[in-house]
Amino acid sequence: MHDLFRRYGMGLTYTFVGLTAFWLLVLVILPDFKLLEASFRPYLPIVDVGGPKDTYSFNNYMQIFGNEVDFNSFGLHFEIPARIKVFVLTIFYSAVVTLVTFLLAYPLCFYLAKVASNRSLPTLFLLLFVPLWVSEVLRSFAWYIILTLKGPLNAFLMAIGAIEKEIRWVEGYSPVVITLVYAYVLFMVFPLYNAMQSLDNNQLEAAEDLGAPWWKIHWRIVLPHSKPGIASGAVMVFMLSAGSLLVPAIINSTTGNWFTQTIQGIMMEGQDWNAGAAFAFMLLLFCTVAVTVAMRVFRVKLSDIAK
Amino acid sequence: MSAGIDLDNICCDFGKFRAVDHVNVNIQPGEFFSFLGPSGCGKTTILRMISGFTDPTEGMIRIGGKDVKGQRPNQRPTALIFQNLALFPLMPIWENIAFGLEVRGVDKVTRRKKAEELLALVDLHDSADKMVSQLSGGQKQRVAIARALAVEPAVMLLDEPLSALDLKLRQHMRAELRAIQKRTGVTFIYITHDQGEALAMSDRVGVMSQGRLQQVSNPRDIYNNPVNGFVASFVGENNILTGDIGTRADGMASFATKLGTFRARIADGVTKGKLYVRPEFMSLQAKPGAENSVPVTLTEVAFEGNFISVHAVTEGGFDMVAELRNDGTGTVPQAGTKMHMAFDARSAAILPDSDTAGA
Ligand SMILES: Nc1ncnc2c1ncn2[C@@H]1O[C@H](COP(=O)(O)OP(=O)(O)OP(=O)(O)O)[C@@H](O)[C@H]1O
Ligand SMILES: [Mg+2]
Repeated sequence: MHDLFRRYGMGLTYTFVGLTAFWLLVLVILPDFKLLEASFRPYLPIVDVGGPKDTYSFNNYMQIFGNEVDFNSFGLHFEIPARIKVFVLTIFYSAVVTLVTFLLAYPLCFYLAKVASNRSLPTLFLLLFVPLWVSEVLRSFAWYIILTLKGPLNAFLMAIGAIEKEIRWVEGYSPVVITLVYAYVLFMVFPLYNAMQSLDNNQLEAAEDLGAPWWKIHWRIVLPHSKPGIASGAVMVFMLSAGSLLVPAIINSTTGNWFTQTIQGIMMEGQDWNAGAAFAFMLLLFCTVAVTVAMRVFRVKLSDIAK
Repeated sequence: MSAGIDLDNICCDFGKFRAVDHVNVNIQPGEFFSFLGPSGCGKTTILRMISGFTDPTEGMIRIGGKDVKGQRPNQRPTALIFQNLALFPLMPIWENIAFGLEVRGVDKVTRRKKAEELLALVDLHDSADKMVSQLSGGQKQRVAIARALAVEPAVMLLDEPLSALDLKLRQHMRAELRAIQKRTGVTFIYITHDQGEALAMSDRVGVMSQGRLQQVSNPRDIYNNPVNGFVASFVGENNILTGDIGTRADGMASFATKLGTFRARIADGVTKGKLYVRPEFMSLQAKPGAENSVPVTLTEVAFEGNFISVHAVTEGGFDMVAELRNDGTGTVPQAGTKMHMAFDARSAAILPDSDTAGA
């Protein structure tokens, strides 16, 4: 703070700090608190708001139960409330998206950080960035076109003789997963690239010199060193995927509902902001729990991610 | 088990730049061999070619008599100790040391036992479970040596491993390294730009300049009988006189300079060169000697303890240096005195400049 005063003077410092505080408090924290509070109150006609019926309860949260449907995948078969099913599948497929982005990003980042020559790096990074110049909406639609039954992907696969009949890609959760991977893979690439780049080349050479085959070098040297990068990438991709509304809204098949769509349905179509808020907080809470558990399992500390 | 290494006319090009130029040397099994040379002369490049990270552009490398062309570093019986050590910071010390055994599929109990043996060998008991960051520079150094020894290499390659240490520790580690080499009998190829280090530790030294090997010999020869001016200057101080070679006989020649004519050793085939005399081979006399003596005025006398450093200037304004041994009885000369600086003809040599690509 003293440094700031010395650098920018009193007035400017207070303005900066004040604006930041305003943004955080009034535009981020307060609305969230309002929603949190609303999530415990019933959805009432306007005349009853503040009246005797307006009491706090967990009723909104309990709405996730009810409306039992069949759960029939992964070799499992049981009855489950429809919304919980969507909720669980959303979390699960967000984890799948995270895993796939990691599998894609790992070799790419290793190539960029340790193999590619310094001269070709700017070009390669430009190639990675170019898709970001196109809006997410367009990119999602592009995938929709690619994946349709008579679309280019099927045409190509048929042409090279890999398949005999068109595959129905837009079914279940695969289109959402594919498009989310495409949309968020860079959020994995950048932290992972940064982590790998800070690895001393001599470590790789030392490991090889001691007789390690390439996979052992990755398992014992590169992967442990990259762990903080993987962790921050994974948290971002997971949170963004689970919270994404745009991608599932554009590309979803009828058999692959995303939980954000459920929330949107309740809030926008049902006009029940109270229940919507309750569901949104459940998603947030559960994602946070999932991330915390994952960090425990992989022994990552919060301070590693912040680096 | 240790193996010899033959470098058979190896060259290494980076684009148009020739970093290593026709290096030819046979290193014996169990030998402590040093490459000595200034920064950028190609020392690291030679080590990287031996360990397999860089391929020679020309020539052949044999380890234990076998051509190793095409073998990756993880297939060669060499272990490289990097200039920055390259220990694995995320593993405890013992896993660092046992890494080479781990990749060879040795079970954990044996690994741990072997790591502790090696820690004892390098005098680092009780450090097995520490992390790399908890060790001092000299301790890290020893861990690096232990890690390399763990894979029982036939040849150890060391790239200026002591350069990051302070003087005291460096001298201690010199003796330590030498002792470890004797104990294990492994061939050591050692790189340094510190001539004291090279001379003190090695069985033989190869002096390099600009990618070329100038001279390979034992430390005594390198210092006392350098083959050219580069080697003479790189391994010690000299008084250097320019002039012309005159009549020769029995490996000696007369050498005419502005300060007079001298006599010094000369090798066959040397037709152009300068006269080199080391300061400690100079003596101070009151009267002119029979040969090889120059009248001078002393300008600066520094009493260094074990020796006395004397700077003097000739009538023509040429600076000369002598280092006189302090035997505890002689008198210390005074600055300003006029005396004669002299040297034995056998301790001076007429040497060509250096062996460069054009020569
Ligand atoms: N990968 C490379 N690409 C291009 N030039 C290189 C490469 N590696 C080394 N060189 C050049 O080759 C020459 C010799 O390098 P080398 O690293 O062998 O020197 P060195 O004797 O080990 O020096 P130092 O004592 O500073 O470590 C240097 O001029 C260096 O710039
Ligand atoms: Mg070097």
